[in-house]
Amino acid sequence: MNLTAEEQEIFDGKHGETLAKVMRTVVSYGDMFGAKRLVPLDKPVHLVTSFGVTMLKPLYDIMEELTESELKVKMPFTVDPRPFDNNLDNNFIESLLFRLVYGKQKKYEQQLFAVGLKDKKAFSCTCYMPEVGNVPEKGDIIAWAESSAVAYANSVIGARSNRTSAIIDLFCGILGKTPEFGLLTDEGRKADWIVIVETDTLPPAQILGSAIGIKVQEDVPYIKGLGKLLKNLSKAQINDYLKDLGAAAASNGAVGLFHVEGITPEAKESGQNLIKKEASEYVINDNEIRQIKNSYPILWKNKNSEPDLCFIGCPHLSLQQLEEWTNSLHNSLKQKGMKRLKIKTILTAAPDVIDKFKQNEKMYTRLKETGAFLSAACALMALTNPLYKKKKVITNSNKLRTYTTARYYNDSEILNLLTE
Amino acid sequence: MSIFKGRPIIPGNYKGECLVSRNGVNMLATFRKSILTKSKKAVCMDQNNTDLYKKVISDKIICLPRTIGSTTGGIVIQTAAGMGIMPPALLFSEHIDPLAAAGVLVTDIWSGKKVITIDGLGHDFLEEVKDGMILEIKEDGTVILNIANK
Repeated sequence: MNLTAEEQEIFDGKHGETLAKVMRTVVSYGDMFGAKRLVPLDKPVHLVTSFGVTMLKPLYDIMEELTESELKVKMPFTVDPRPFDNNLDNNFIESLLFRLVYGKQKKYEQQLFAVGLKDKKAFSCTCYMPEVGNVPEKGDIIAWAESSAVAYANSVIGARSNRTSAIIDLFCGILGKTPEFGLLTDEGRKADWIVIVETDTLPPAQILGSAIGIKVQEDVPYIKGLGKLLKNLSKAQINDYLKDLGAAAASNGAVGLFHVEGITPEAKESGQNLIKKEASEYVINDNEIRQIKNSYPILWKNKNSEPDLCFIGCPHLSLQQLEEWTNSLHNSLKQKGMKRLKIKTILTAAPDVIDKFKQNEKMYTRLKETGAFLSAACALMALTNPLYKKKKVITNSNKLRTYTTARYYNDSEILNLLTE
Repeated sequence: MSIFKGRPIIPGNYKGECLVSRNGVNMLATFRKSILTKSKKAVCMDQNNTDLYKKVISDKIICLPRTIGSTTGGIVIQTAAGMGIMPPALLFSEHIDPLAAAGVLVTDIWSGKKVITIDGLGHDFLEEVKDGMILEIKEDGTVILNIANK
């Protein structure tokens, strides 16, 4: 990699040994992918590692070394959600176990603030929501790590980020630069796959994303046939759909960018010029959607057990999704003559989104009346509580299904289970 | 005997038994339980990975196309290495992915521990290698498949 004189000085240790290690790590990382140079970041980094699990000692050691050397990021950053929430009606043992599993949480958050965390509300996997404020523009160079956020920033916004690994995200933030390769380049953003959606109706975003992720793995897909199925949705609803599709594709595979014909910014701009000549083809019809859903193993010991916990919001819900779920739950209960949801239900969203939601008193009251809980915690991390793991958890998140024993259901199925 | 040549990312010499994943390995899903339970050995708990699911992987060379899934993958590798439950070597048939690259690099530079890593061994390598084979890894990126020991 060609370094500027200033970068070379840092590399050689003239600005301290720790900063030199940061630079050497990022340069070696870039070298592995044939990066020719470092390019400046246009917006803050977003970190994936938000949880103080006791076993992550090597991470805390690095953070300590950075803070002892007084190294900070160039622009205040955001980070993934906190792993637990004490306001979720947890019993004493559940709360105790959370504190044990995440015994380093307080110390780690102090370390995050020391290296430049934005503020106490900067904990969300959807940092790109306007309420949260880490919002890049089309063409901006960023170095984000949360896989669902990377997919959203690249695909829906048209910003440019690689699927930056944990800790490399922070190192890039400290340098204010990132190696130029992969999804930062025009060539790297071209599609290796043409995905043709031939379903009769709009497929669930979480299943479509899963199917695409399993098939294309880390490649870039160009999706045809989806635009017409999205035509009755508002712009905000399309963005929410693509958010959930991207999260499933990123966790079931390693998709960092997808193009949707006529919908996403680069597909609108360049159309089929984005497709590589040798691109493979994958047709998704209703049968394929059914087969993918049926292929998910059920990891509950007793497959016929009644569910006892439901998580909605992985990735975090947008304000619009929170309002839609509130209305759906309210209306379904009313229709069936019920007062409260049958299963303990937790809806998760960014702290700033929750604050905005609560400003609408009518809506907030309506949600509280259903008995649902509202939390800014990370559903995935919450399920690491050994007691939660014994629970029969249901979810509409394919990402949560992938990493835990939670059982996946479509939105309409979840609604039925909660209000039947 | 078959010989393959790749790019040494973290070079080293090693001889041992291997396990093969035909699809990408999700490091978080694979190691999450072993790390959280402070296990002395790593058992793959990725329900999507039918090749490695429920197999002990900590003392085996892992042959794979790439890693996939959560971008915490790099920290997972560093943590597993710190706990002594990381496989001794990762042999990639494809170009290494950013998550694995960060993991083995940070483990080397910041923790002083080596996970021998070779990438670009090619599609034929993953076709030919089978669970239980004894592999010999050379620091120049050569991998020798000793079929006689299968």
